[in-house]
Amino acid sequence: MNPFTYHRATAVDDAVRDKAGHSNAAYIGGGTNLIDLMKENVERPTHLVSVGKLPLAAIENLPDGGLRLGATATNADTAWNDEVKSRYPLLNQAILAGASPQLRNMATNGGNLLQRTRCYYFYDLATPCNKREPGSGCSAIGGYNRIHAILGTSEACIATHPSDMCVALAALAPTVRVSGPGGERSIAFEEFHRLPGDQPEKDNTLEPGELIVSLDLPAKSFEKNFSYLKLRDRSSYAFALISVAAALELEGNTITDARLALGGVAHKPWRDQEAENMLKGQPATAETFARVAAKVLENAQGQGSNNFKIELARRAIVRALRQAAEGSQTASDVFLNSNP
Amino acid sequence: MSTTNHIGKPTSRVDGPAKVTGAARYSAEYNVPGLTYGWVVSSPIAKGKITRVHADEVLALPGVLQVFSHENVPSLAWFDRSYKDDVAPGGSPFRPLHDNEVKFSQQPVALVVAESLEVARYAASLLRLEYEEDKHETDLETKRDEGFEPGRGKTGWMPPPPPRGNPDKAWEEAPHRMEAEYVHGAQHHNPMELFATTAEYHADGKITAYDKTQGVYNVQQYLTKIFGLKKDDCRVVNEYMGGGFGAGLRPQYQVFLAVLAALELKRSVRVTLTRQQMFSFGHRPHTLQYLKLGTNADGTLAALQHHALHETSQFEDYTENVVNWSGMLYQCDNVKLGYQLAKLDVYTPLDMRAPGAATGSIGLEIAMDEMAYAAGLDPLEFRLRNYAEQDQNLKKPFSSKKLRDCYHQGAARFGWEKRTQAPRSMRDDAGKLIGWGIGGGVWDATQQKSAAKASITADGHLTVSSAAGENGTGTYTIMTQIAAETLGLPIEAVTFKLGDTDLPEAPVQGGSWTAASVGTAVKNTCEALGEKLLKLAQKMEGSPLKGAKLEDVEFVNGQIRLRTDASQAVVLRDVLQASGETKVEADSSAMPDMLKQQPYSMHSHNVVFAEVKVDEELGTVHVTRVVNAVAAGHILNLKTARSQVLGSMVWGISAALMEETVMDHKFGRYMNHNYAEYHVPVNADIHDLDVLFVEEEDDIVNPLGVKGIGEVGLLGVAAAIANAVYHATGKRVRDLPIMIDKLL
Ligand SMILES: Cc1cc2nc3c(=O)[nH]c(=O)nc-3n(C[C@H](O)[C@H](O)[C@H](O)COP(=O)(O)OP(=O)(O)OC[C@H]3O[C@@H](n4cnc5c(N)ncnc54)[C@H](O)[C@@H]3O)c2cc1C
Ligand code: SF4
Repeated sequence: MNPFTYHRATAVDDAVRDKAGHSNAAYIGGGTNLIDLMKENVERPTHLVSVGKLPLAAIENLPDGGLRLGATATNADTAWNDEVKSRYPLLNQAILAGASPQLRNMATNGGNLLQRTRCYYFYDLATPCNKREPGSGCSAIGGYNRIHAILGTSEACIATHPSDMCVALAALAPTVRVSGPGGERSIAFEEFHRLPGDQPEKDNTLEPGELIVSLDLPAKSFEKNFSYLKLRDRSSYAFALISVAAALELEGNTITDARLALGGVAHKPWRDQEAENMLKGQPATAETFARVAAKVLENAQGQGSNNFKIELARRAIVRALRQAAEGSQTASDVFLNSNP
Repeated sequence: MSTTNHIGKPTSRVDGPAKVTGAARYSAEYNVPGLTYGWVVSSPIAKGKITRVHADEVLALPGVLQVFSHENVPSLAWFDRSYKDDVAPGGSPFRPLHDNEVKFSQQPVALVVAESLEVARYAASLLRLEYEEDKHETDLETKRDEGFEPGRGKTGWMPPPPPRGNPDKAWEEAPHRMEAEYVHGAQHHNPMELFATTAEYHADGKITAYDKTQGVYNVQQYLTKIFGLKKDDCRVVNEYMGGGFGAGLRPQYQVFLAVLAALELKRSVRVTLTRQQMFSFGHRPHTLQYLKLGTNADGTLAALQHHALHETSQFEDYTENVVNWSGMLYQCDNVKLGYQLAKLDVYTPLDMRAPGAATGSIGLEIAMDEMAYAAGLDPLEFRLRNYAEQDQNLKKPFSSKKLRDCYHQGAARFGWEKRTQAPRSMRDDAGKLIGWGIGGGVWDATQQKSAAKASITADGHLTVSSAAGENGTGTYTIMTQIAAETLGLPIEAVTFKLGDTDLPEAPVQGGSWTAASVGTAVKNTCEALGEKLLKLAQKMEGSPLKGAKLEDVEFVNGQIRLRTDASQAVVLRDVLQASGETKVEADSSAMPDMLKQQPYSMHSHNVVFAEVKVDEELGTVHVTRVVNAVAAGHILNLKTARSQVLGSMVWGISAALMEETVMDHKFGRYMNHNYAEYHVPVNADIHDLDVLFVEEEDDIVNPLGVKGIGEVGLLGVAAAIANAVYHATGKRVRDLPIMIDKLL
């Protein structure tokens, strides 16, 4: 870890200005990811701008019936917020499936979006990694890649985005409000994270210096028929091998609207709108779910140690859609969702 | 009624309050004056040469005191034997910073010392070393044909016994047969507390090393030999340990580096390893096991063959007893056991809780399950039919063995009789597959030479000490119980001290022998003190004990009294007061009684019953229930003993389902070297764990009748779970851990 200076910003423009005024600066939220990366010398900022005291911790209703999640609200406060619990239970479940209570108490919503991949090689300076050091090569390709991506990979990088919260967000489709040296703008969640392509060092579409201000959830919340299913190597405190956020609207047994997003499969939370369209108008049956799952994984590609993820993802999609249709997530399986 | 009978009682940890209040100090918590900090730089390559160390670049940073590397290490002891510790395997021990050779990935290649931790860490991150890489080989699979039989082993290692009967023919002719290979990868001990040493440099040139170790004397002799220090000039202390599991049996490189830097800089130096570096100094080796079992029509074993091959380093032949147990756990007249090592460019493996037996019991006990199914027998019934009445390896009777009672009581507790034999035949209400499996094992009951001293002050407070280790097992507590009971005192009137080379010598804390070894020394010492106290009591005016011999009296409830007439008593404190002495002291030691023990085989045993629930569609396994029935002689403290076995069971679940250090052979480097990706169970993985002790009366093993409880509980847990997974799913997984991908 290198020496750094520190500024605790009190207003959004103060934070943006302070960061722009330092050549090698980073925002810091809860620090649960950034500090680890600094200890491993993966990130070496020389100036930190703390966002912890910014007035961005509120969770408030929006005039259009949606809900605004402040960027600096903690993951725990977000998950346990009454509005979130009652209206966006999918988000509540996804957040609680992640990390541990201690981490969720520290982690912020903005930081969660921007947490970096858990690729072993990315974390270990002894090995080449295009994301850490563009052009050095990707060690995971042909290496140990059990936790790596099966969709949307590139020859430069096969890393996954590790967040649980973001998988639910991908399904719920909020907008990300940001503020930067060039002013304020909104980014559709779907456009926020990116695929690696030939620039794996870029995780997202933020411009330099931009600060996340809030996540604005639309009114539509799928509070009746939803499921967040997370499969991992132990019952808690492990990143997803595969996770699925499924949300349905039903009339009788007919699906009228659907959302489907996957975690642990790609460089970004993987929402599949074609699959969602395939679900619409169909009966909520095992056959429908199987067909849709096959479609989602049509172009999936294993890398060796992660080949199993293709079949696992297929089964997980079917299970999550079934749970969503049954509305059975709340009677949650103690073994699969034992976090809260 | 006696209130000072403590042995066997579920006494709470006497060191508990110090631990939960933070009063207990660990190696990295001795804030000695003028402390400096060392940060270890580790090699990114697995094999090659260091061609340059750009020390000058970081020496210029304010606060940096020195960069130690092979380029500037002073000349130290020359011969290999000086670097050999008590538990070193055969070969040439690794010498940190000795020369420019890199022998394994993450080898310590430099130590940066600075006035603050932050500067040391920063400087270490900037230190540039240049390497010339050689081709390495780290994959055991490539060495299948290059195994060799170790000619030399470390203390406690026994080559497998020669074959008995006609194992090949018997296997060929057996009506039921199985053969299979079993595999598990490397595992690292990963105690919560990081390895650390605070080397305090005294003005007179003496060193006190507060070191994380399971054996202070072992570290002391290592340091004195290497650095040419006199014993009096090198004190080693370890009062508390946040877990060891074998990782602290050998002196680790942080103690070498801290003491080296302290002597060179004439300053106190602390070196704490990082979590990543915890994967660089020894592991349970990646092991391949091959088993062939044959069974007669009546369900008795006709043949048993067990062969193991595991990795070792290029420079030491690490050995553990993997296969020997298979020659003694079951009755079989045709047995062949084989054991080989293969050299790889890795660091030397290291004893990890129940070394060898934990591994061997995975092979043997899964094979026994496969054999039971092939022979159409219930796996418990199959074991009962092959019960070993004597140790066929040694051709000796057991000093005691209540494994049969473990089978029966464990099965009853678990409800084994409700099991249906066919795989996939049991389900829960939610439709999940249920599997019930069994496993077990056998472990040595040994005693090592130990010494202790005791001192009682006029106020009646007893202090007993011995340089034993306490890595969280309960040593403080059971020694306090033994001492208090021997002299008839309440627990609060006794203080036990350990982990300090200023105290009488004790062996490293391993092999589950501490209770037997140090416990007996404590007992003997307190008895010696008792004898002195009796003499003093007899000198008292009108003493009712006049003429009594030691055998005639007992120490109970703070009194010395006649066994035949409890009313004839004197109060211990009165004795001390009357004697005019400020304190009375005694020391003594204990050795195993070879003559008594020679005719016997001395072992502890266990059997494990496990229940799993499997979500077949998703490949997830949960261990919902485990019963572990243990026969380990006399249990000194039900509470701490149970905790030991609970910990073992958690570790067994870990080994069965999640724990593995994964190597990328391209780099010859462990890649999941952190707590986030090296998975051990969390609370949510642990459900109903039930421990059952079957007490054994055994005055052959040692006067206390204890066999040690630290390791036996781990045996067979992983196998029982793997067998339960088979019973649930019909899938036989032979490479552990059984992660999701293996069940899809
Ligand atoms: C052991 C462990 C296990 C975990 N397990 C899981 C898991 O199972 N599932 C899961 O989803 N997550 C898991 N996490 C990750 C955790 O959710 C993230 O670390 C956390 O959400 C990051 O939030 P933070 O506020 O601490 O971010 P920080 O570490 O402070 O920052 C992360 C990044 O975001 C940037 N940043 C922070 N706030 C802003 C902002 N407002 N605007 C712009 N940039 C910003 C920082 O500059 C930095 O680059 C785990 C973490 C650990 C350490
Ligand atoms: S997958 Fe991406 S993050 Fe991992 S080594 Fe390759 S380039 Fe680096």
